Amino acid sequence: MRRIYLDNSATTKIDKKVLEAMEPYLKEEFGNASSLHWFGQEAHNALSKARGRVADFLGCNFLEVYFTGSATVSDNLAILGIIKATQKRGITKPHVITSTIEHPAVLEPIKYLEKTGEVEATYLAVDKEGVVKIEDVERAIKENTVLVSIMYANNEIGTIQPIAQIGDWLKARNQKSEKKILFHTDAVQAANYLDCNVDKLGVDLLTLSGHKIYGPKGIGILYKRKGVEIEPVVFGGHQERGVAPGTENVAGIAGFGEAIEEIKNQELRIKNGEKIKKLRDKLIDGILKNISGTDLNGSREKRLPNNVNTSFKGVEGESILMALDQKGVAVSTGSACASGSLDPSHVLMALGVGVERAHSSIRFTLGKYNTESEINYVLKILPGIIERLRKISPLK
Amino acid sequence: MPLPYSKKVIQHFNKPHNYGKMKNPDGIGEVGNMICGDLMKLYIKVNQNKKGQDIIKDIKFETFGCLAAIASSSMLTDLVKGKTLEEAVSFDRKEIVQELGGLPPIKIHCSVLAGDALIEAIHDYLTKNKKPIPEALNKRHQQLATEKEEIKKDHQVC
Repeated sequence: MRRIYLDNSATTKIDKKVLEAMEPYLKEEFGNASSLHWFGQEAHNALSKARGRVADFLGCNFLEVYFTGSATVSDNLAILGIIKATQKRGITKPHVITSTIEHPAVLEPIKYLEKTGEVEATYLAVDKEGVVKIEDVERAIKENTVLVSIMYANNEIGTIQPIAQIGDWLKARNQKSEKKILFHTDAVQAANYLDCNVDKLGVDLLTLSGHKIYGPKGIGILYKRKGVEIEPVVFGGHQERGVAPGTENVAGIAGFGEAIEEIKNQELRIKNGEKIKKLRDKLIDGILKNISGTDLNGSREKRLPNNVNTSFKGVEGESILMALDQKGVAVSTGSACASGSLDPSHVLMALGVGVERAHSSIRFTLGKYNTESEINYVLKILPGIIERLRKISPLK
Repeated sequence: MPLPYSKKVIQHFNKPHNYGKMKNPDGIGEVGNMICGDLMKLYIKVNQNKKGQDIIKDIKFETFGCLAAIASSSMLTDLVKGKTLEEAVSFDRKEIVQELGGLPPIKIHCSVLAGDALIEAIHDYLTKNKKPIPEALNKRHQQLATEKEEIKKDHQVC
């Protein structure tokens, strides 16, 4: 059976070059980067090389890059670590601004701090296109606001947030005030397609993930601007300047460096982005045109080139997912049935499309390995699947 | 997150039995709600057997829900078709899970939902025909009505 992977926002297939770059550190060059002997130095050099590559991609200093165990760890470190450092400075109940469509890796630590009474939080609503409005950020600022965390692009609906504009506004505001507000963005989904230069974005903290950019799992990045105070959230070592202790995942870091090198190549980046966007548009148009009762969730224009999120009226998402899976096509859904909770996707609910549309949603996320023939195949089998499931459904 | 489903579950999902709308049903049971993403409609046609007992002559379902919900509905119709109403009232919904070769724990509620749809369809038939309603059946019917109200109340915000 044909196997078609359209779940690239969940994870991506590792690039051959990445695997090759990792291999030595899983074999002969197995040293602990903290060891002083030759083995250790070999590993240490690998870290330095990768750190340099990431710094180059982000347009930052080498020492502003911290390797972590995952993007979730990076997001948690950014939020918990900044709040802890703020408390150390004597601000007892700081205020945090985020959006309702953030990844749980950002939402959950904020909710946790809210629960323990350590922060006040504002969750900004998005418009029906799934985009945060800059005016809303401005309006939410309070006397005790210390951190704004808004994702660069959403993982479910691919909508691109106005990070550079928010960054600009915050910079101007910070120049006029003694109380600086820090800006964090989770750029995990954006990295393949959008400019991640931290100065252009005006961010103080930025999160990246290895396995979303054709790199390995188990490796994340936190960029932290020089001078920004942060406290560690795990303890037990000096690694990553004490900010993210734990023996470094040398092979993972080397792989991350190689993956970044691949997406950094401007020419390749544009070529891949355009190819993927063409396929995305073909898939969106094909679904909306050939299947009745379908809607695109989230903005069509302010959208990542690889994201298609559509709802199929009258049919539940997990049943579509499983029917596609049996035909070899891998996708994901925002339906509650698939998540093990009673509630459908918080992102789709934030769009205000209603529960039915949220439960009926399917996310197709493309990647650099997808071909036009694969998209044609999906467009060929999908109408039949939807028609069959609609016949079973009580919603007509 | 796709779950490990048995072969039987997949078979019933791919080729469900007894699905579709029924013309002139004698009883309709409607359970689940859009908030949770499960909606099940069960139709029954009731006839009398030689002994004069009410039996489920025909049964059909329509389900909006996941693979497990569709497979559970299909299996239920197979299991109770031809049964007397008395037998159907005391039908143990665990049978659905057993016959399906098991369901993942978080999907057990799909089989519960199918059982409830049957309760509601029989209740509807008995009410329409002014026949006595067994106590257990009535109790579950009341429970379901209360649950429906509670879910509505809890989710007023969305």
